[in-house]
Amino acid sequence: MDTEILAIILLSLRVSLTATLISLLVGLPLGTALALSRFRGQTMLLSLINTGMGLPPVVVGLVVAMLLWRSGPLGTLNLIYTPTAIIIAQTLIALPVVVGLTASALQQVDERLRWQLAGLGASTWQQVLTLWLEARLPLLAALMAGFGAVISEVGASMMVGGNIKGQTRVLTTAIVLETSRGAFDRALVLGGLLVGLTFLVNWGLTVIQQRGRR
Amino acid sequence: MNRYGRIGLIFLVILVACTPQTHSVTPNATSQAGGSVLILATTTSTQDSGLLDVLIPRFEAQSGYQVKTVAVGSGQALKMGEEGNADVLLVHSPQAEEAFMQAGWGKDRVRVMHNDFVLLGPPSDPAQIRGLDVATALRTIAEKGVLFVSRGDNSGTHALELSLWRRLNLDPQGQPWYLETGQGMGATLMVAAEKQAYTLSDRGTFLAYRDRIGLEILVEGDKELQNIYHVITVNPERWPQVNYAGAVALMTFLIHPETQKIIASFGVEQYGQPLFFPDAGQP
Repeated sequence: MDTEILAIILLSLRVSLTATLISLLVGLPLGTALALSRFRGQTMLLSLINTGMGLPPVVVGLVVAMLLWRSGPLGTLNLIYTPTAIIIAQTLIALPVVVGLTASALQQVDERLRWQLAGLGASTWQQVLTLWLEARLPLLAALMAGFGAVISEVGASMMVGGNIKGQTRVLTTAIVLETSRGAFDRALVLGGLLVGLTFLVNWGLTVIQQRGRR
Repeated sequence: MNRYGRIGLIFLVILVACTPQTHSVTPNATSQAGGSVLILATTTSTQDSGLLDVLIPRFEAQSGYQVKTVAVGSGQALKMGEEGNADVLLVHSPQAEEAFMQAGWGKDRVRVMHNDFVLLGPPSDPAQIRGLDVATALRTIAEKGVLFVSRGDNSGTHALELSLWRRLNLDPQGQPWYLETGQGMGATLMVAAEKQAYTLSDRGTFLAYRDRIGLEILVEGDKELQNIYHVITVNPERWPQVNYAGAVALMTFLIHPETQKIIASFGVEQYGQPLFFPDAGQP
């Protein structure tokens, strides 16, 4: 395998794992808060987030690109066509997935568990931690869904990353390029690598998930 | 809001405190105008041919600039120049380029090279256009109503095709025999091959796809089928933040005799014929 492909694989992994991690750090607490609190407009908010799960990556890419272009409001940050720009866009794509699936995972946990925990004098923190443990299987599934959404998306990476050789070329944009060059064999190899990589990450997460099944 | 909501808030605050570190991984090389990063907006055909993969690393090594090459259609590349989102353009859409220069968006415009377009079709040639001049060939396709596949994506190739139809006073849009893919040249060639239709392609992309599509060159060599590439620097008076020095450096590099020699020999090894013909010095 040549070093260029290796660099592309590593960049894909770095970008998508970072985006997934950020969306987990933001999405887990947000989803938890959304699942456990009661407020006006909650159903509306949940519907919006569930809609966000189906957000087309190219639309996210367009909006982020318009913000980051030199002519855009954040143009002075010089982030367009950098891996950071792809991370920002992918985080926005994964976030609704993580929030929405976290909320539904926690709402599935029997409500009496919370009453019981509260009755036993558990603090809010202890209650949340127990709920997370209880729902760890669907929570890890939420993480996998978020990762799957971003490692496989191409529209946003293309818009905000620019598919620049050696800088922002990730597996999916490289596949598009090789396809448009007519190098279908190379495109297929890259596609196989992408699927293999996604499998490895999901395999790791599934091992953790199933170990927790007791 | 109850306690759970508050926990969510606390998490958010912690996270917001953490994010800047996560986002500062990339070195910020261009904090000031005239930095070392240069954004080149160009057409998909130059990138797909692989020519830029040969030229850009040489330029980077010689000049010290880091080039971000963004491959889009000529239309979008010019738009990026108009909005100051690129420093330098390498495009092939002469009419749109002239309008671009007249509007003051560009500073310098220099001819770099050309290649040519070819009219492709199935070997059976149902409209009998083989060897005709391009105007007669297109008119015949339209009269006989044989399938023609257009890029339809505002690229330089698409612009040329539209100007050819316009000169014939024909409006193919909406006709049942006229398909628009809205995609790049490669994808359009595949569609044309599957549909056994006629299409207009740049020679480079056709050569890369030749073995796979079974379409043949039916019309070539017509003067109207020349595909001329110009390099344009974005006007720093309109957009002070563009890297004008870098743009001029790239322009000078592209028309340098040594670079022009590389352009002339590019593709010979792989296809037995050059993909581009150097043009520096011509108006």
